[in-house]
Amino acid sequence: MVDIANWLSSLPVLGYIFQLIGYILANLPIMSQTTVAVAVPITLAALCGVMCERSGVINIGLEGIMLIAAFVGWAAGIVAIGIFPGQPTAVFGLTPALLIALMCAIVAGMLVSLLHAWLSISLRVDQIISGTIINIGAVGLTGYVNNLISRQSPVGAGNFTPFQVPSEVANLPVVGWLLNALFSQGPIGIATVVIVVVLQVWLFRSRWGLRTRAVGEHPRAAETVGIDVIWLRYRNVVLSGALAALGGAWLSMEQYSAFQPNMTAGRGFIGLAAMIVGRWTPIGAFGAALLFASATALSTAIVIGPPSGELGSLLVSLPTQLWDALPYLITIIVLAGLIGRSIPPAADGQPYEREAAT
Amino acid sequence: MSEPEADLGRSQRIEQMLREIAGLLIGPVTAVALALLVGAVGIVLFSGLLPAGKPFDLGLPVQAYAALFSGAISTSTFTYATPLILAGLGLAVGFKGGLFNIGGRGQFLMGALGTMTVATWLGTSLPAIVEIPLALLVGLALGAAAGFIPGALKATSGAHEVVTTIMLNYILADVLYWAVSGPLVPALAPQPITINVRDSSNAFIPTLPATDINLGFLIAIAMVPVVWVLLYRTTLGFEIRTAGANPDAARYGGMKPRRLIVLTMTMSGLLVGLAGAINLLGLDHQITPGYDTTVGWDAITVALLGRSNPMGVFFSALLLGGMRAGSGPMQIQAGVPRELVDALQAIILLFLVINVLRRILGARAVRDTAMAELETVTRTYGRESV
Repeated sequence: MVDIANWLSSLPVLGYIFQLIGYILANLPIMSQTTVAVAVPITLAALCGVMCERSGVINIGLEGIMLIAAFVGWAAGIVAIGIFPGQPTAVFGLTPALLIALMCAIVAGMLVSLLHAWLSISLRVDQIISGTIINIGAVGLTGYVNNLISRQSPVGAGNFTPFQVPSEVANLPVVGWLLNALFSQGPIGIATVVIVVVLQVWLFRSRWGLRTRAVGEHPRAAETVGIDVIWLRYRNVVLSGALAALGGAWLSMEQYSAFQPNMTAGRGFIGLAAMIVGRWTPIGAFGAALLFASATALSTAIVIGPPSGELGSLLVSLPTQLWDALPYLITIIVLAGLIGRSIPPAADGQPYEREAAT
Repeated sequence: MSEPEADLGRSQRIEQMLREIAGLLIGPVTAVALALLVGAVGIVLFSGLLPAGKPFDLGLPVQAYAALFSGAISTSTFTYATPLILAGLGLAVGFKGGLFNIGGRGQFLMGALGTMTVATWLGTSLPAIVEIPLALLVGLALGAAAGFIPGALKATSGAHEVVTTIMLNYILADVLYWAVSGPLVPALAPQPITINVRDSSNAFIPTLPATDINLGFLIAIAMVPVVWVLLYRTTLGFEIRTAGANPDAARYGGMKPRRLIVLTMTMSGLLVGLAGAINLLGLDHQITPGYDTTVGWDAITVALLGRSNPMGVFFSALLLGGMRAGSGPMQIQAGVPRELVDALQAIILLFLVINVLRRILGARAVRDTAMAELETVTRTYGRESV
């Protein structure tokens, strides 16, 4: 056994791969908590995309919905903290002001989604244009009001604090580090893990899920068996807005406690990528988001403590931009069908027009 | 034929032509006017947040728009419009061919990277008359390559260009940041920053004598008729427009849709790359680590507002360039944040796609908007590919 392992390690490329796997395994417990945290907003954006596209509506406005929600959450917190001053509680640092702000962020995200739904479902406007309008408008609107508000350097409602996993649980053999990584998060982070599971079950095991997929694949057939295509698409797009909004709120209310212009920094588009690589399924999207996030975490780990020997010097010599570009490269490769082809729902992006009653 | 009858015929023709032009203009003009109106309401709503601002100040929009307008009547409008004309033409070529090129950011940055590479490499070794064309050529070639990739991916695997161009935007931006953080940085430079083409190379585009308009504006203007002739007076242009309007008809007509997709995307990327190249040599002169652009997104508005027609693109680029040029003076003189221009751009697009007039007055009074060309775009998003 040892001989084989030695022999394998002596092969130039294979040896590096084994050493890299060993390095990742050694760093996994340290990296995993940040990896999950980085994956949270990406996952939420991707879930929003899954809900929309499974019912046949393309949503490239994810970035804009997140940005608006991030801003509204912060701005509403400023107002709410003035009305409900209160000390953070022990559980997640919850305050009435924070909860009100979170509600406002979610409502804002759903309203923007309603605009997208109205444009793309009722007016049958090109859905890419509709998403583009949301993205450009979000930058303008949030930038405009933020420019006015931040001159007065206002005090926000603070942020949610992470849950402390008890050390008995975190020190459990085998699964301890995993539970610690998944649940050492703030409320939005933990909710994300739950939403992924629930949405996966709903989409493939419930009546709503079956109808959603039917409408996304063949709306005409769905309508003939009595499904209201227009209503279902509206409901899915508007509800999914709450998910992207949670992703935005995570940025300004869980990771940080204030809004920065353009703070989404492309996370909505990585979410789109995670949705594609995850083949339009919630679990797949979460997996892809974790994969993308772990590339980020790995690049950080390499900077802090690179592996020894030639592998270490090789990894250190790689440009950091390569790690940043990795999610997008993977997406193009998957989309082009070079590795495991990923195919969108058949009716994705096609507006539905009821046949006139005769 | 007697004289008066001929005159009547001519005046009827002129009247018909004017009606045609009015029908074309009314949609975009209404969209812009309504957007300015909504923008004014927005300014009034938030006027209380301004330093020393009164809540619901009805005079503020007037003040802001006056500052915006006076700022727009300056040569900097041409400076801002130059990349918008070129990138807008690039997007328009794509739209005509039924392709939505969202990769403007990546293609623009590649254009800048290509020219910067040539300028760094040649330095002051060759005369400007050689260096400038060479730098521009490499810049537009890299832009074209950035357009070719999504085109080829769509033609061979059906991967939709909207998604691949979005992903390429980030990949290509990372390529640029990598180049600026190492290979393009001159030795002994104190920080990761490229050379300034005006100081350390002969490849920079000078300004017109006695003005601050750079000559790149003339190149941009020259491309307007070139693209027009390409689209409306060549076989290739006819094929592109046919494939955009009706891909099935194009296929039955013996055209090759896959070849057209690759060609159209490459040309689209080439024009946006040229925008990046000219912008670097004529305006920015240097690539800093955070170098970025919004031209890729602005060009979408320009192309749609101009109905993907080269002349229309030219005028809408001037309009948007003017708004960018006036946004600075507006912020300084009226205190209204310059981000208003981004919001206005989104609202213009919104009214354009809603097509308010057509909905109120009915289909016959107003011609359909630029959206007609777009119908084939998202139809190919699902399984139904080339």
